[in-house]
Amino acid sequence: MKKWVSAMLFYFAFCVRIEAFKFHKTQQTERISGSAGDVLEDDPVGRLKVFVYELPSKYNKKILQKDPRCLTHMFAAEIYMHRFLLSSPVRTLNPEEADWFYTPVYTTCDLTPNGLPLPFKSPRMMRSAIQLISSNWPYWNRTEGADHFFIVPHDFGACFHYQEEKAIERGILTLLQRATLVQTFGQRNHVCLKDGSITIPPYAPPQKMQTHLIPPSTPRSIFVYFRGLFYDVGNDPEGGYYARGARASVWENFKNNPLFDISTEHPTTYYEDMQRAVFCLCPLGWAPWSPRLVEAVIFGCIPVIIADDIVLPFADAIPWEDIGVFVAEKDVPKLDTILTSIPIEEILRKQRLLANPSMKQAMLFPQPDQSRDAFHQILNGLARKLPHDTSVYLKPGNKILNWTAGPVGDLKPW
Amino acid sequence: MKQLTALQQQARRSNSFRSASLPLDTSVDGAIKSPATIFWLVLHGLCCLISLVLGFRFSRLVFFLFFSTSSPSATTNLYSALHTRLPSSITTSPPAVNGTAVAVDGGSRVVVGRHGILIRPWPHPDPAEVMKAHHIIERVQREQRIQYGVKSPRTVIAITPTYVRTFQTLHLTGVMHSLMNVPYDVVWIVVEAGGTTNETAALISKSGLKTVHIGFNARMPILWEDRHKMESQMRFHALRYVREKKLDGIVVFADESNMHSMELFDEIQNVEWIGAVPVGILPHSGGSEGVELSAVSREDTDKNENSEMPVQGPACNSSNQLVGWHTFNMLPFMKRRARYVGDRAVVLPRKLEWAGFILNSRLVWKDVEDKPAWVKDLDMVGREGEDIESPMSLLENPSVVEPLGSCGRKIMLWWLRVEARADSKFPARWIIDPPLDVTVPAKHTPWPDAPPELPTPVVKVISIPENTEKRVAKRSRKRSSRSKRKRVPKVLEEHVSTRHSGDN
Repeated sequence: MKKWVSAMLFYFAFCVRIEAFKFHKTQQTERISGSAGDVLEDDPVGRLKVFVYELPSKYNKKILQKDPRCLTHMFAAEIYMHRFLLSSPVRTLNPEEADWFYTPVYTTCDLTPNGLPLPFKSPRMMRSAIQLISSNWPYWNRTEGADHFFIVPHDFGACFHYQEEKAIERGILTLLQRATLVQTFGQRNHVCLKDGSITIPPYAPPQKMQTHLIPPSTPRSIFVYFRGLFYDVGNDPEGGYYARGARASVWENFKNNPLFDISTEHPTTYYEDMQRAVFCLCPLGWAPWSPRLVEAVIFGCIPVIIADDIVLPFADAIPWEDIGVFVAEKDVPKLDTILTSIPIEEILRKQRLLANPSMKQAMLFPQPDQSRDAFHQILNGLARKLPHDTSVYLKPGNKILNWTAGPVGDLKPW
Repeated sequence: MKQLTALQQQARRSNSFRSASLPLDTSVDGAIKSPATIFWLVLHGLCCLISLVLGFRFSRLVFFLFFSTSSPSATTNLYSALHTRLPSSITTSPPAVNGTAVAVDGGSRVVVGRHGILIRPWPHPDPAEVMKAHHIIERVQREQRIQYGVKSPRTVIAITPTYVRTFQTLHLTGVMHSLMNVPYDVVWIVVEAGGTTNETAALISKSGLKTVHIGFNARMPILWEDRHKMESQMRFHALRYVREKKLDGIVVFADESNMHSMELFDEIQNVEWIGAVPVGILPHSGGSEGVELSAVSREDTDKNENSEMPVQGPACNSSNQLVGWHTFNMLPFMKRRARYVGDRAVVLPRKLEWAGFILNSRLVWKDVEDKPAWVKDLDMVGREGEDIESPMSLLENPSVVEPLGSCGRKIMLWWLRVEARADSKFPARWIIDPPLDVTVPAKHTPWPDAPPELPTPVVKVISIPENTEKRVAKRSRKRSSRSKRKRVPKVLEEHVSTRHSGDN
């Protein structure tokens, strides 16, 4: 019910012009008129207090120093969130009055030479961090982590593995069973998505996208646009495993179709091309989420989401069904029919909704932070979960979590 | 443990790692050499060998066929073609688009594992859908124009002086197509020298635009200077029409042979009263001389500091205010300038061409209160047949001109004059209707309207191909080199060739 109300409020909110991110402010008011007050514009300051644990720098700063690439890859949200919280007005230095507790541990910063994070040490790192905070502060034991939140932006969140089968096998780290997880991964009925998690968009570099903006009067002449892999020849040569065969299906069905501008190239004009396209495909890869969604929203291209059961970022605040087009994986061969049969008013409406700057702002992690950006949306999400149910506060001596559960390898110290 | 990590690190190229073909026991940590393990290793080795021979991963196929691990919905074969009835299944349109994803997977889990790649039987575009997509794109672009383009666009009033001659169809079609593509309302005023003719009327009626065909009772002279003057008068005549009919909009002097880009029409919407756009001047010459010429002038520009830019237009200072005018430096061309229409020399523009000026039509209305003070009344100007060189003569004060085209830096309009000889023949309306209208008498007949200082007959013969095809030119040259009686066979050639062009 709450979700509907907030969605409806969001619906009616588009008269409001918001000053944000230097986007084309000369936007004409085509929006659905109505009163203000939608969920995306809530200001979390004053609604919650966050206490940031002081962990030794081996958990955060030293890791970052070892590999500064962590600041630019798509998992950089964990680092920027830490920096944001340190200087944010919601931060409190008095843990007694804090509603939420944040543990700054960069679990996604162990990179291969290619720049991909390896999750093998992450469970141990997390475990070690939790052991530290539970022994140095009483707040963990008070609730066994129910008022703590962690940012786990890796492929399958707190399952800490890049391969889905293994991730499912591992499940969410036992110690995080009661905590709130802020993650990019979201898929309904999946082991790695806990109830009450907050789904966030992957990190996309705001300055880089800003420099590639083209005038909005440039006519959109590409119908469907996609750049990326269709077959992952390195890991799945025959196809059918990568993206559950959906990407390969897109290629096989539409490679000859002039309406579909799809290829595996990596052009320098990628961002500009997105701004000249009407639809941008956002199919799943090895994991259902992708930075393409963020890019599509920023550049005003209607996202065509091909990922069954996906949970999109800030799903309780952003009406994704109204903005994007959802196509079931089995319907991919009919994609052209589906897209051409959408009534033109729908398409124009989606474009108008996408043009709303508050939408774009909510997808970004700008530095320094700006109002209504993704950081604030995360805080909004946390604020909406308040107040904590009194049952989360455990009696002293009462233990729910099993500290020795999980694969043997996880129990080794880090 | 470390070895395993290293191995996995090596193999990992993208965001995941495919385990070895055995879908069973994947954790090889501390593998104990039990008989079962050995058996599987042997089987694995065997499968590898077979795969090497066959060329694809055999073991996967075996497991696939015999131990189907995935749910029935996911797979049949690796590349299964799905029998979708495409046209009929379109009925599940928009409401179902959002619904399908939710309804199907309401309770079921998405299965991890190998799925088939669904390909429809005819993976090629459906023309009806392509058309629909184009309509969608068109509508989206129109919406973009409404959103981000010019608000309250004004009508474009294009004034074109013309007269019937060989190159008229070429030029007029060019302007017509440019105007047809303009996304705003267009009123096209065509002023024709020598009175209105059916030829011109037929041409402009194809445009589908709102056209006004005015006749001007004087024949177009042959000399370029006179022609420029007459064109000015014709444009003035058109302005009188605008005044009479109180047409509202933006007046553009779209000369026939000029080339207009679409951005020009977007830019002129910004004009308030009178604006000036920079015009690129392309001095033309009818033969190879011209190419040489431009090459020479380019060299000169490289050498000189003050490069001679072939641009006429407003010049601004750093705060984007009008401070002066760029005019085309005609000195290098003065010796070789063309004097009459059809001359193979360089056709030079005047100091400031009409084409570079954009007027608000209200400037020429009479008895309008909010007309600015600095504009002269149209009836005052142009009396006693004085030469009106440019719309500047309408102004008391030349500094009120607004510079457009990012202050004279962006050229969206090019001035060009290409003409055949005034007396060149072409079939009326470019339709060959036998018997041919043109009957050219036999040898050595003097050409009518022979302009003064005509070139010698030899040259003349070769110059005729300007208004017919290149084929003819080649043939005529060959012929002329062979026979002495150049004229007669040349003329016959012309007949033959035009008939060919009609047959095509």
